[in-house]
Amino acid sequence: MATIATLWCLAALFGTAVLAVALQQKRIATHLIYGLCLAASLALLAISLVQLIYPTLPAPAATLPVGLPWVGARFRIDALTAFFLVVINLGAAAASLYALGYGEHEEMPGRVLPFFPAFLAGMNIVLLADDAFSFLIAWEFMSLSSWALVVAHHRDPENTRAGYIYVLMASFGTFALLLAFGLLAGPGGGYGFAEIRAASHAPWVPGLVLGLVLVGAGSKAGLAPLHVWLPLAHPAAPSHVSALMSGVMTKVAIYGFIRLVFDLVGHPVWWWSIVVLAVGSATAVLGVLFALLQRDLKRLLAYSTVENIGIIFIGLGLALAFRSDGMGAAAALALTASLVHALNHSLFKSLLFFGAGAVLTATGLRDIEKLGGLIQRMPVTAFLFLGGCLSISALPPLNGFVSEWLMFQAILLSPDLPEWGLKLMVPAAGAMLALGAALSAACFVRAFGIAFLGRPRSSEAQSAIETDRMSRTAMGMLLTLCLLMGLLPGFVIDAIGPVVQAHVGARMPAQSASTWLSVVPIAESRSSYNGLLVFVFILVSTLAAVRVIHSFASSALRRAPAWDCGYPEPSPATQYTADSFAQPIRRVFSDVFRASERVDMPAPGDARPARIDVNVRDQIWETLYAPISGWIAYATEKMNHLQFLTIRRYMGLVFGTLVTLLLTVAIWP
Amino acid sequence: MALIVELAVQGLQMLLVLAVAPFVLGFTRKLKARLLRRRGPPIIQPYRDLLRLSRKEVVLAENASWLFRSAPYMIFATTWVAAALVPTFATGLYFSWSADLIAITALLGSARLFLALAGMDVGTSFGGIGASREMMFASLAEPAMLMIAFTVALVAGSTQLSHVAAFMQSHAGLRVSLGLALVGLIIVSIAENARIPVDNPATHLELTMVHEAMVLEYSGRHIALIEMAAALKLVLYISLIACIFLPWGIATNGDGPVAYALGVTAYVGKLMASSVLLVVFETSIAKMRVFRVPEFLGIALMLGLLGTLLLFVSRSF
Repeated sequence: MATIATLWCLAALFGTAVLAVALQQKRIATHLIYGLCLAASLALLAISLVQLIYPTLPAPAATLPVGLPWVGARFRIDALTAFFLVVINLGAAAASLYALGYGEHEEMPGRVLPFFPAFLAGMNIVLLADDAFSFLIAWEFMSLSSWALVVAHHRDPENTRAGYIYVLMASFGTFALLLAFGLLAGPGGGYGFAEIRAASHAPWVPGLVLGLVLVGAGSKAGLAPLHVWLPLAHPAAPSHVSALMSGVMTKVAIYGFIRLVFDLVGHPVWWWSIVVLAVGSATAVLGVLFALLQRDLKRLLAYSTVENIGIIFIGLGLALAFRSDGMGAAAALALTASLVHALNHSLFKSLLFFGAGAVLTATGLRDIEKLGGLIQRMPVTAFLFLGGCLSISALPPLNGFVSEWLMFQAILLSPDLPEWGLKLMVPAAGAMLALGAALSAACFVRAFGIAFLGRPRSSEAQSAIETDRMSRTAMGMLLTLCLLMGLLPGFVIDAIGPVVQAHVGARMPAQSASTWLSVVPIAESRSSYNGLLVFVFILVSTLAAVRVIHSFASSALRRAPAWDCGYPEPSPATQYTADSFAQPIRRVFSDVFRASERVDMPAPGDARPARIDVNVRDQIWETLYAPISGWIAYATEKMNHLQFLTIRRYMGLVFGTLVTLLLTVAIWP
Repeated sequence: MALIVELAVQGLQMLLVLAVAPFVLGFTRKLKARLLRRRGPPIIQPYRDLLRLSRKEVVLAENASWLFRSAPYMIFATTWVAAALVPTFATGLYFSWSADLIAITALLGSARLFLALAGMDVGTSFGGIGASREMMFASLAEPAMLMIAFTVALVAGSTQLSHVAAFMQSHAGLRVSLGLALVGLIIVSIAENARIPVDNPATHLELTMVHEAMVLEYSGRHIALIEMAAALKLVLYISLIACIFLPWGIATNGDGPVAYALGVTAYVGKLMASSVLLVVFETSIAKMRVFRVPEFLGIALMLGLLGTLLLFVSRSF
């Protein structure tokens, strides 16, 4: 029932895409299309929520007579699918609601409207697919429809470059997944997930599949060093699509990883977790360090997505380690932490991208060095964006803290792991996680402080106006959800229980029954956290402070020019800039950035201005990608003359190839 | 009835840290002045200062936003809640389990975030420089604090401070990892409380300030709240060190008034002893350059990591 209903909703989304093509010149199109998307996402959200909360409800698989003739296209909703459907469609509903307002500012709606519903449908089908063929087709469809959205504003050469790199990396990722499924299905061609699960693999297959999945799903999620496309492509799309790509599509990639590694491959080996932990912790720290240096607000958010993906993968690595050593309760805690963080990240990252979009419409600027003082002109957006910053910086009582806290608790359980490699790897991953959390707070103080506080640094920032009501509603809803998840995480953890149970064979103890709705991962004597009480305490002590101050202290208040140690300077250029804010951290971590500073100080008497040049190099791009693209350019250059042969030579080449292939087939055992 | 007593003891703890915080500040100032052969202000001077500040009018910069006006309350409230959750004279208070050491660290992180944002609100260069440096220090001090929390939690088998204190009381012993954690925690406390050699609480030389630079635009009741929060933070860190490493004399919940009174006496004694040590350390060392501080904090981070690693290798370290 649920599966069929979901498929009908997806059909409706495809219908909406066709309708968008037909209506693209009409003025009503924007509202109609996003309205329909909102309705479809809400319906999907409702179905998947019911399925997640009542896991015993039957959700029979459905098979459509398309795809591979002997497999068909199979669809099924299990607990994992239901959870990720909730994540995806929550984000999709918020993005559609936001786009009802934001979409009006779109200059070329015809380039966005048809692809938006198609993108939503593509992500949903990836989750529903129950055979490798439909999974890969849907995965590629999702990539291509999002690519079309990335290059929607194709006249900007940066966007076309971003689109080019994105489509290359996406195809490469799909290729890796194709090989992974090929290995899993074996020569028999059992491409259904049920057949794959039942099959037994040669001993070298699972390890190779893990590597391929890390490349395939990891490149889509943004794992270092495959993340290079992400900070280019996510910001290039319109802001509601950026939110979807960063907040939601990366979660589809996480789903792909969990589905393949936790579900299809079989029991993990302990060294897998070392690989995943190493990649995850490197990604987390690199992502946030680069986020700290960005001046483009949307690119900053994209790099921060890379960081959060790293955090999620640290949790997944821990879960693999515990599961391979048969520590069920700890594995459940680690996997729960990852899944909660995935949901949290989709909420606050969408919120932050919406905020960036609101700033973009109000000022036309993404460069935070030109913003400033927006808290005066866009008070609601500023408040909501601040909430997002607090959530993502993992500060209590908001939701980001809950998942990081769970992650730390999982790390504290890992000294019991028997393998020496893990004993050394896990504390290092914990340190990286802690470093990432602290740096992310610095990153968002910088982003909010420079963009929203201070004095306006340009006339556009000076004349900004508050964003429309729909956008504010969407952001407000997301912030409310962030707060609720921070205060009552127990319900979310309980809802995730069946997912965790299915993939690590254990689940966390029921949380909603514990006193005062605390989170107690193992036992109360070990650790507990109660977001609700902490929130009430903060609220009560704030109110007490306000009360005492207002009844006993002076309430006189006078506005005057800023003091600034007696030398206030009216020019906004004297404020701290984003680059100068990041300078201390850039210096501390200069080994990572390979940053070089050159100060050009004119001699006394020389009236020309002093200059400082900062050069930050992306090591990964230079050491990994530049050589590859160089080789490809070299090879194509060398093969160029093949293009100008005579027809006889081409015939000769074809004949030679045919003979070689036939010989190979003949000799092959 | 039992509930009322429980709540009263919890309330007592909240009021105790509040009442004792300016005293610790006054005591350290007086002691420092004496060590420098000055008379120094009376010990109760911080109380007088707070009272006087709160009676003065607030002079607000023209472009200050609502964030600037609400930040002092948020900073004060989060610091107070964090300070009230660290066991001082008794463990196992009614709400002690609602947040553990990791959550307390994060609560202090919230206070710091508001402080840094408030520093950037008016748009002066001093506010920016203070916020930038504060976040740079924090980006090393916070992971160091978390690694120290890991070390302590792995030894005691709990991140709950009440359980940690109880464990240390009954299973106290010399351990390498705890030694590393203690040194690390002292370094973090010095940095977090803007003491010499990281920052100078008495400085008014603009370019050397970190904490003072952020609060430069504040006046009247706002600065009173921020000063109070800073005093609470100092008390919090001393209580933290005392509860983990010197848990003697701490009463357990339900021990009765006599044990509580003993606990309070022991607590005040520990506060004063730590203040003496802090002042002696501060007067015997020079302030370091800003870019030496990351190395100083890096030591704390490495000590915490080393402690954790040792405990991963063997629980007996």
